[in-house]
Order: sequence, then C-alpha cells, then structure tokens
Amino acid sequence: MKAPLIELSAIGHAFQGNRVLSDVSLTIETGQIITLIGPNGAGKTTLVKIVLSLLKPDTGTVTRAPDLRVGYMPQKLHIDPTLPLTLRRFLSLAEPSLQLCLNALAEVGIEKLIDMPLQSLSGGEMQRALLARAILRKPNLLVLDEPVQGVDVIGQEGLYRLIGQLRDRLDCGVLMVSHDLHLVMSATDEVICLNQHVCCHGHPDQVSTNPAFIELFGSRTAPYTHHHDHSHDPADNSRNGHSGGGHHD
Amino acid sequence: MIDVLLYALLAGLGVALVTGPLGAFIVWRRMAYFGDTLAHSSLLGVALALLMSIHPTLSVVIVCLVLALILVVLQQQQNLASDTLLGILSHTSLAIGLVAISLMPSVKVDLLSLLFGDLLTVTAQDIVIIYSIGTASILLMVLLWRPLLSITIHEELARVEGIPVTAVRSAFMLIIALEIAIAMKVVGILLITSLLVIPAATARRFARTPEQMALLASLLGCIAVICGLSSSWFLDTPAGPSIVLCAGGLFLLSLIKKQ
Repeated sequence: MKAPLIELSAIGHAFQGNRVLSDVSLTIETGQIITLIGPNGAGKTTLVKIVLSLLKPDTGTVTRAPDLRVGYMPQKLHIDPTLPLTLRRFLSLAEPSLQLCLNALAEVGIEKLIDMPLQSLSGGEMQRALLARAILRKPNLLVLDEPVQGVDVIGQEGLYRLIGQLRDRLDCGVLMVSHDLHLVMSATDEVICLNQHVCCHGHPDQVSTNPAFIELFGSRTAPYTHHHDHSHDPADNSRNGHSGGGHHD
Repeated sequence: MIDVLLYALLAGLGVALVTGPLGAFIVWRRMAYFGDTLAHSSLLGVALALLMSIHPTLSVVIVCLVLALILVVLQQQQNLASDTLLGILSHTSLAIGLVAISLMPSVKVDLLSLLFGDLLTVTAQDIVIIYSIGTASILLMVLLWRPLLSITIHEELARVEGIPVTAVRSAFMLIIALEIAIAMKVVGILLITSLLVIPAATARRFARTPEQMALLASLLGCIAVICGLSSSWFLDTPAGPSIVLCAGGLFLLSLIKKQ
C-alpha cells in the first residue's frame, strides 16, 4: 500500500474568531476521487487552501507525500479585458514547450482554440483550459475548485468523464469541490459532506441517504433514493454546529 | 539653447520607455489609483529631501515604498474599501507635502514645477539618474516578466505553481516607486499616472500579446514626448501637460480603429 498523497488530521481554523473548520480529517490516496460538498460558508474553500499550502491551519497537522505535485484548477479566472492573452500564452506561463502545451490541450479536447484570446472562451472551454494548465505540471494530485461552474448540464457530464479519464491516465488523486450533487455523485469514489465539520462521508450511495446529508441538502436533491436498509455511525452525524439546515442554491 | 531641448528630449524618452511595460501592468492589475496615490506622496518626499538635504530621488523612492507598505498593511486590516483607503492616503499625503513645504520659508520651492513637471530645466545629472534608474527598472521587469504575468492572471494559481508572490509583488512596488521618482521631473506629481495609463490603454487596441502591448505603449509614450515637447518649444505651452495632452490625443485617434 502506497503512502497517502496528503493526510489532514484534526484540522481547525478560524478567521478573526469566526470558526470555519473544526476537527476535519481527510486522506487522499493515489487514484482516488474525493468530492467535497457543502453549503456556502461550509469551509470548502478554506479546506482547499489548506491542502494547497496557501493557508496554515490554526490547529491540526498536514502530512504531504515527499513527491507531492499539485495541479490546481481555480474556481474562476478574472482576467482584465485589457490583458491580451491567448490560450497559447496562458499555458506557456506554466510550460514553455509548445509540444507539451499542445498535448495537454489535446487531452482536454480544445487544441483548436490555442490561438484564441482567453476572454473569448465559453464557460466549458475555459474550464478545460484551466484543466490543461493544471495537468501541464504532471501532478499526482489534482485539486479542482468547482470544476463545472458555468457549464451546461451536457458539458458537465463531459467534464466529469474527462476528470475520471485524467485520473486513470495520470494515476493521480483528485480532490474536487462541488456545489451540485447529482452529477458529481456518479463521478466520485468518496464524498465528504462538509459544514464546518465533517457531517458525513463515504461512498456516494451511503452519503446520499445519511440523515446528516439529507438535513443539509434535503432529500429532493439526493440522487439515490434506494438503499434505506443500513444504519449510520452516530459519530458521523454529530449535529453540533449545524446552521439550521442551511440550504444550498 | 539646443542642449536644453536635447536634455528634455532625452529625459522624456527615458521615462516613456519605462512607463510602457510598467503602465501595462498598472492597467492589467487595475492599479491606476494606487499609482496615483504613491505619486501624490512624492511631494512629501521632496519636502523631506529639503529638510534633511538628501537627494530628492532617494527620498521620493523611500516615501513611496513606505506608503506602499502602509497601504498593504491597512488593506489587510481595515474594513474600508480599497478605493476609499487610497482616496484617504492619496490626498492626505499630498496635503502633508504641501503643508510641509509651506513651513520651510528658508527654501524657495517652485510648487508648480513639482506638480506639473519642469522638463526644460533638466540637467545632465538628471539624465544620468533617469537612465540608470530606468535601465535598472527595465532589467528588473524583464527578469520578473513571467512571474508578474502569472500573478496578474491568478495569484493563488501562481503561488501553487511555486512563484514567490510576495517577493514579486514587492519588487513591482519598488519599480513603481523608482519610476515615480524619475517621472516627477518630466510630467510632475499630478500627471505621472496619465503617462502610465494612457499609452498602455491606447496600445491595448493594437496588441495581441502582453509583450506587444508593453512595447507599443513605450513607443506611444515616446511619440507623446516628442509631440508634447515640440508643442512646448514652438507654442510655448507647459511641457508636462503638453505631453499628457498628446498621449490623450493618440488615445482618441486609436478609437477610430474598430475592435
């Protein structure tokens, strides 16, 4: 068994006295796709920043594999319209070799757009461009912050399929943050439902029927309505810190 | 007489060459007001130079850097919007400069030339300072080009990719401070930002890459200096404002081109 890529244990963090995360543990292994879901303000972004070493948690420990290489796909890119930047130039900032850039673009299926200004790409094309930049670093861990944001439903399915293929080909771990539930459930190995602490986690089938999950998202959004036959570990459904079933948009 | 014109031209061109790429970054990073704030504080730098008898270029750079540092700290701690904070510091520092200079009756200061530039009194020593600082700024910018572009696009992505963001940003502040110190003589404290922003905005309409935009901005800045100086020479208009007016005219002309 290979050592995990990254291991977070008992992470706690607060911003100016506002507790955002408490006692969050998370392990990402090679080849595993983990999805973080949770309402706004649940601390997803904070947790991602800790994984990316952009933020040092107040408490808890983070252990990284010595050969960890992270490919990061940010949630959104705000490029000022005054900056003339083609996709080619954008990728060249991460990797000077044109051939490698072309390979990455082919992998995400947008090699024809290489000379387009970045600002003219559609939502789905932009996400693929960001994904191409992330894989240029030959990562063994991909961190994707809302990778299907601003993409239509058909495009979302395509993107999730692509992320699965990339996981297989790069043999990397994937940590995704997601807002939507239905599609992401089918594309993931483990779901972590976060609301400042880990409400519940496990295989998508299990999580979607977990009372803590249903309280947070409502049963309407739960993708699988079968399997009501198993019990839950009470430790997983600690109800402290719930903000009254904060709804998710 | 002709050496006055030659010195003025050399000084103007030296400053315009640096404002091209620097101005492009100011525009991309939406820092025009930030640049303006630092420029306004340079009057305080001049006052300090007079008070302590040091070279104004040095004290202006120091004051700009201190103000940049104060800004960064306040932006992190205060709940005020960034532009409100800039508005407070910009005008307060200008006012401190004006008051400080008025309190020094022993020295005669030509306030107008500080505020709007005095290109026709440039000395050989000024030229040496402009070109040595200008060369250093351009070298620094070439060196930092890629990381600067990366953090302009997405700071956290750049950080994850291993770019020392804080160091690069600090170096960028230093370049701005240096440029303000040398541009003061040419267009004056109140007009420095225009020399940064207008040529870059004009160049945007013709450029397809960041590098093209930076070089074109330098070229447009040089054209504005030449035209403005000619106007000053033949029509006896003030040099600094004439240069800015020419830059503005070039921008208006560029609007004719369809995007």
